Amino acid sequence: MQFMLLFSRQGKLRLQKWYVPLSDKEKKKITRELVQTVLARKPKMCSFLEWRDLKVVYKRYASLYFCCAIENQDNELITLEIIHRYVELLDKYFGSVCELDIIFNFEKAYFILDEFLLGGEAQDTSKKNVLKAIEQADLLRSVPLHGVIQPVSYSAWCELASQHGVNQPVSYSAWCEPASQSVSMV
Amino acid sequence: MALKIVKGSIDRMFDKNLQDLVRGIRNHKEDEAKYISTCIDEIKQELKQDNIAVKSNAVCKLTYLQMLGYDVSWAAFNIVEVMSSSKFTYKRIGYLAASQCFHESTDVIMLTTNQIRKDLSSPNQYDTGVALTGLSCFVTPDLARDLANDIMTLMSHTKPYIRKKAVLIMYKVFLKYPESLRPAFPRMKEKLEDPDPGVQSAAVNVICELARRNPKNYLSLAPLFFKLMTSSTNNWVLIKIIKLFGALTPLEPRLGKKLIEPLTNLIHSTSAMSLLYECVNTVIAVVWLSVLKYLGLLAMSKILKTHPKSVQSHKDLILQCLDDKDESIRLRALDLLYGMVSKKNLMEIVKKLMLHVDKAEGTTYRDELLTKIIDICSQSNYQYITNFEWYISILVELTRLEGTRHGHLIASQMLDVAIRVKAIRAFAVAQMATLLDNAHLLTGNTQHSGICEVLYAAAWICGEFSEHLEDPMATLEAMLRPKVATLPGHIQAVYVQNAAKLFSTVLCGQEGAPADSKVAQETSQLLIDRLPVFVQSDNLEVQERASCILQLVKYIQKLQQKDVEVAEEVTALFAGELNPVAPKAQKKVPVPEGLDLDAWINEPPSGSESEDEGRKTKGKAVFAREESRHTKPRYTEVDEKELAKRREVRKAEQANNPFYIKASPSSQKVRTASSPNRQLVLWMPMSDQYVKLEEERRQKNKADRKKDKKKRREKGRQRRGDSGPESEEDITPAHMVDIVTEEMPENALPINSSLTSRCITDVCDIQGNLHDGSQVVVSVIFENKCDSFIKSMEFNVMDSLNSKLQRPEGAGPHDSLTVPFHLPPGISSEARFIFSVQSIVMPQKLKGTLTFIVKDSSTHEKLDFKLHFTCTSYLITTPCYSDAYAKLLESGDLKGSSLKLEGINQPFHHLLARICFHHHFSVVERIDSCASMYSRSIQGHHVCLLVKTADQTVSIDAKCDEPGLLRNVLDEIKLTFSQC
Repeated sequence: MQFMLLFSRQGKLRLQKWYVPLSDKEKKKITRELVQTVLARKPKMCSFLEWRDLKVVYKRYASLYFCCAIENQDNELITLEIIHRYVELLDKYFGSVCELDIIFNFEKAYFILDEFLLGGEAQDTSKKNVLKAIEQADLLRSVPLHGVIQPVSYSAWCELASQHGVNQPVSYSAWCEPASQSVSMV
Repeated sequence: MALKIVKGSIDRMFDKNLQDLVRGIRNHKEDEAKYISTCIDEIKQELKQDNIAVKSNAVCKLTYLQMLGYDVSWAAFNIVEVMSSSKFTYKRIGYLAASQCFHESTDVIMLTTNQIRKDLSSPNQYDTGVALTGLSCFVTPDLARDLANDIMTLMSHTKPYIRKKAVLIMYKVFLKYPESLRPAFPRMKEKLEDPDPGVQSAAVNVICELARRNPKNYLSLAPLFFKLMTSSTNNWVLIKIIKLFGALTPLEPRLGKKLIEPLTNLIHSTSAMSLLYECVNTVIAVVWLSVLKYLGLLAMSKILKTHPKSVQSHKDLILQCLDDKDESIRLRALDLLYGMVSKKNLMEIVKKLMLHVDKAEGTTYRDELLTKIIDICSQSNYQYITNFEWYISILVELTRLEGTRHGHLIASQMLDVAIRVKAIRAFAVAQMATLLDNAHLLTGNTQHSGICEVLYAAAWICGEFSEHLEDPMATLEAMLRPKVATLPGHIQAVYVQNAAKLFSTVLCGQEGAPADSKVAQETSQLLIDRLPVFVQSDNLEVQERASCILQLVKYIQKLQQKDVEVAEEVTALFAGELNPVAPKAQKKVPVPEGLDLDAWINEPPSGSESEDEGRKTKGKAVFAREESRHTKPRYTEVDEKELAKRREVRKAEQANNPFYIKASPSSQKVRTASSPNRQLVLWMPMSDQYVKLEEERRQKNKADRKKDKKKRREKGRQRRGDSGPESEEDITPAHMVDIVTEEMPENALPINSSLTSRCITDVCDIQGNLHDGSQVVVSVIFENKCDSFIKSMEFNVMDSLNSKLQRPEGAGPHDSLTVPFHLPPGISSEARFIFSVQSIVMPQKLKGTLTFIVKDSSTHEKLDFKLHFTCTSYLITTPCYSDAYAKLLESGDLKGSSLKLEGINQPFHHLLARICFHHHFSVVERIDSCASMYSRSIQGHHVCLLVKTADQTVSIDAKCDEPGLLRNVLDEIKLTFSQC
């Protein structure tokens, strides 16, 4: 596989993964061209199209288009299966995935893709194995992206919080939660 | 200090994280560029901070912006910083950013070499994994050169997770730094046989990709891939391998021939469209045209089932295939036509087929065409026929075929249509009358060819529906021609009987007009003149009818001479209309009260076998269709008794066997399976008769064995024929049916057809040889089922890489072995063949042929069969005591695997008995609904099972020192239970 693109019905790119080295300029050009071509196609049209010297395999799931470019001798049907497998993985991981999940957790969508495909080749045909690897890697993420678990006394926290104009006392545990972003501070 | 850290983290809470950024961009639709430029300024500030968490957050946001198309190359160095964080969370973000943003001309990449090397050797497998994933996206020739060795080492990492990633990334490394290929290749090849399926499939992937670029260097791997292709069940792997063969075949044309069979098998068996597509694709590329046509037609027949319309549009193409030189293609095309007829195109298709019938050369194909025409027309109760007159004329046209064997088929169709379609009777009768008139054309030169069967139908139809005849007199005359006497007896009988019917019709017609009573008398005279020929017939039926009717006519003639009107009385002989009766009508007849079909009319004869026999015939005679329902429960009873009896016998045998040590808890002797006299402690439940134990015991068992085999064979046959579910108690023999006996096609030899059909059946048992870990003994029983003497049997098996038939010294690798006996009719005998097996980890199927000479016809006959070496057949029931068992498990050398079976509603002890019997395990210990079991392979692998049951669910945890073997044994256990 040469690359994989995810884009919305409006043509917004949601995910891109390139398995061939190309310059940014080229990538942009290809993306623009492909997005336009695929979006112009009618729903009943075939999922495969020949494009330059490659074959493009795409499939629409809800509002998202999953689009892969493969070489001429590659098997289109297995590519469709790969796309579907990736969607299943996303679905399992996020729990009925939607476009917003991928927008807001785009790094996770990448991690899943990276566990599933490596260098454009499927690493593991077992969904279970892929999800297990992701879950275990997530466990290692003991440190939430936006908060460090540090022994902080509650009073010290309150003092600092008040300096920043945070009035409601927020519980210590809520603060340490990985989802601390949801405790809206603004 | 602490406060400073806290302060840092609090500050960060007010930085934007990725989600805020995304949300912000969505909220600033109209001035997105402006908003993002402020964000980028913020990110630049964040990147200046020391805190790695802040930096990683900033890098994460940059990765998102990069996707939106903003240039982030200025932050490359910061990305490297985040990559080198010691915390996995940040490292992962860093590598992700690098893989998205770096490309070959990014100059900071050279700074990363050491960092990546460090990560690759990290004790944390996920650090290594993340580095490998990242590397796959931005590997440069320099990185490839510097890291090739490190990655090569990782290919032998203990964790399959790392191994498979390392294997896959090696492909990228090879592309960037081709010099690494030579040193890394041996290891890559090794990975093709990695125990982990993921790693294996990764290696297949890489080698297939490499081979596509430069096929000729990989020709030597063809046998290995061929083996993988025939053993793998992973569609993804299969697709790659097939693609590889597609690249190899142009270089080695012989491969093409070898590929046809596995590819055809795959096309037949797979349900995955992608695999089917790949097979067909490869076939197009490698195999010659005719095979392609054949497979194309085959594929079409698959499509036909789901999308009949799309195939129907290719009708003309398929009809063209009927002109093909190759018979198998024509037959395939015929098959397809069967499925694609509709009311609209039936006539057209049949018309085309009729043209082919005329052109066709060779009786076999012509006969096939004929049956197909009839099949096509008569399918689904004549669903597609709109005009039955047309059909009758087609049938009449078909009678012009010379030398066909299917006369009876045409005849039965004629009868069926004439009886069931009242509207066309007149037409049918007219046609049949012409047929009878031209009978000499049909019987012309080949007196006893099958086609004269149609005269049977014609005569009957003319007689039965004689009221439709235009000129009954003429027909009557045609039916009484002297030449009729040369027809087969049963047809003559019909002629005679129907001549009488016609006679009555003629009388009726003539006597209406009394002036013509002369004609009536002439008719009587005709009969009296012609019938004596039939009275002299050597066929009893003909003789009897003819003499009966002759007397009748003589009597009528007397009455006629007295001018008595007899017509009415004669007609009364054949009064009443014949109505068609549905074949299932018997079912609807209720069993009369007080009639017990299962009760014995006579005292049952003794002996269980004849018991079955008696019931079977009785069932057939009375209510044939109900046979299975009535007799089935009895079979199980027999089996139950039989089982109990066998159990008793076994127990007695065990008690008398000085070598069998009972598993009493008091005997705490540790007898590990490796004790020197292990072959003495062996016993095999049920199949113990087969073990090569001491000569003495074999002698003793000989009588039992014979009886036993016979019964098994019967049961096996019964099962093959019986599609209904097997009863729970009916534990069928484990491996004897594994040999698929393909019986001779009927009438394979036109000279003496009845002889060759069902000449031989054979049954085999595969048993590991204890004395040698690489030998398997296959006992085959040959039974001669025909009534001719069979001699010069030769047994041959196509060796595979793994399993080879042991041939005497000096014999070539493809020579067949002579079976050391002849078979008189009805006799069966056993021959043993020794196979050497290298790896017992995989199950194997071997194809073989048996050639023999049937004495009477002195022709060579061939019988193809398959030998199925299951992994189970490499296991040998070996007792193990609980303490030894515990030690074995504690040793930690065994690798685990598990299996869950749902919906098993048989008692636990039956379940255990099944596993013991089918899979050669012995029970080590059983507590309530939990049991531990043990077995040993011929190569000394230990296999331990822990079987637990609850609520119809059975879970089996298994351990073995050979995971591949274990996997296959578990699969086979699963199969055993899915079949019950």
